[in-house]
Amino acid sequence: MELTRRNALLMGAGALVVAGIPFRVSAAGEDAIAAFTGGADVADGGDITLTAPEIAENGNTVPIEVSSEGAAEILVLAMGNPTPGVANFKFGKLAASRAASTRIRLAGTQDVVAIAKMNDGTFAKASSTVKVTIGGCGG
Amino acid sequence: MTLLKNTLSAVAVLSIMGAAVSAEPADDTLILNEETEMVTKTAAPSHLSDALDEIYSGWLFRGTETRAMQADDFDNPGMIFVEQAEEVWNTPEGSEGKSCASCHGATDSMAGVRAVYPKWNEATGEVRTLEMQVNDCRENQMGAEKYGYTSGDMTNMVALISSVSRGLPINVAIDGPVAETWEKGKELYYTRTGQLELSCANCHEDSYGMMIRADHLSQGQINGFPVYRLKNTKLNSVHARFKGCVRDTRAETYNPGSPEFVALELYVASRGNGLSVEGPSIRN
Amino acid sequence: MASGAKPRVKVPKTAAAGDTITIKTLISHKMESGQRKDKEGNAIPRSIINRFTCDFNGENVIDVAMEPAISTNPFFEFEALVPEAGEFKFTWYDDDGSVYEESKTIAMA
Repeated sequence: MELTRRNALLMGAGALVVAGIPFRVSAAGEDAIAAFTGGADVADGGDITLTAPEIAENGNTVPIEVSSEGAAEILVLAMGNPTPGVANFKFGKLAASRAASTRIRLAGTQDVVAIAKMNDGTFAKASSTVKVTIGGCGG
Repeated sequence: MTLLKNTLSAVAVLSIMGAAVSAEPADDTLILNEETEMVTKTAAPSHLSDALDEIYSGWLFRGTETRAMQADDFDNPGMIFVEQAEEVWNTPEGSEGKSCASCHGATDSMAGVRAVYPKWNEATGEVRTLEMQVNDCRENQMGAEKYGYTSGDMTNMVALISSVSRGLPINVAIDGPVAETWEKGKELYYTRTGQLELSCANCHEDSYGMMIRADHLSQGQINGFPVYRLKNTKLNSVHARFKGCVRDTRAETYNPGSPEFVALELYVASRGNGLSVEGPSIRN
Repeated sequence: MASGAKPRVKVPKTAAAGDTITIKTLISHKMESGQRKDKEGNAIPRSIINRFTCDFNGENVIDVAMEPAISTNPFFEFEALVPEAGEFKFTWYDDDGSVYEESKTIAMA
């Protein structure tokens, strides 16, 4: 390819795009976790599963599923959104499983976090990084 | 030499916009509502034999989660709009006090219609898209106002009519009275437009399967239209998509409903002859 | 968005006592996040469904607090226990005070 001014400009723009959008994170997410757990330290792991795509084709509609055998409720947070709250699932007496699926919005590549509050008052946490892509020529 | 130059230039543009890596279409089968197996990959129609061996639905270029969302009518948010159009179908409108159902009965009676449009209309001596036919009904049968060509009401109605043809093969005629329009559409398909100097073919024939930035380039088939896009969470019509594509080449675009886009729709539809009608499908 | 919100639910018509069934729900709603701006650059106010509940014969199955990060046309899938014949009641609560309801009866197979 001839290195014309126009091509050079285009290549510059291309490089920016390839570098991608930065990983998003907000302090409000940590605050939301602390509010839910009452400040208790919650390590990753335990009785909880968070299923989310590794790459979302569009951040507008990202399917996720949470499940935990012994949870009374499960909080879902998008740690890089302008406001991190996504949903809080409280399971009733007739819930056959402590599991639910929904579709969520992610403002960019970030961690999605699910925290289960167990019936005995303890917590379990899972997180998953979802890469949010930025489309084709239209963006 | 022209061909070589065109190909090189298309590859160069794609390389600039992102890594020119290729990813195969998914090896997957679309079974609708656990009962209807859809044709998402088949031999190219004979008029395309110089250009392509196989044709692929855009469904095969989408991610796992997006593909799954289309397999079940309840999971498919496009069906919300089909349901809205079903109400409109049964509601009388206009000076004649008629609804779509007054003449056509239940929407099932439309099975097969989507598959053969755009098609020749003998009475008016023109090639008609489904949108043009809907507006003809509204204006001349119902005495109602025409819908905007890419309006929500129109696109939802086209989605309803498409939905009852899902699983049937696209089968638009390209000869006889439509031949001239089809040739015009073909010419437009291969004509470069805009500051990026891209034709439909540069991306969707020469480069399908490649990544254009983060997007997996499809063959640009329109068997899934109207499509529910995750990007704008509504149904999108064929001409709205054409307009978006041409705009992205940084060109002034033709208008939705213009003779140019009608011809292009006929030609692009014919490139998908043999694929199943999928609309309303889910795309990114 | 008091108008245009239309609930859809998918529940089996029959089950045996004690069965686990899968329920899917979808409601048409734009879920305006409060993060967007209009063409003039003014913030578009938040207008979302903020809570969804499912009950069966008066007992709770699931109660979901929803934030603006829930996608347009909110979708949920979950499992319920069916102890007897009866009625599922689904309720969505809108920021504007509207309440959308849907119910489905289930018979014993």
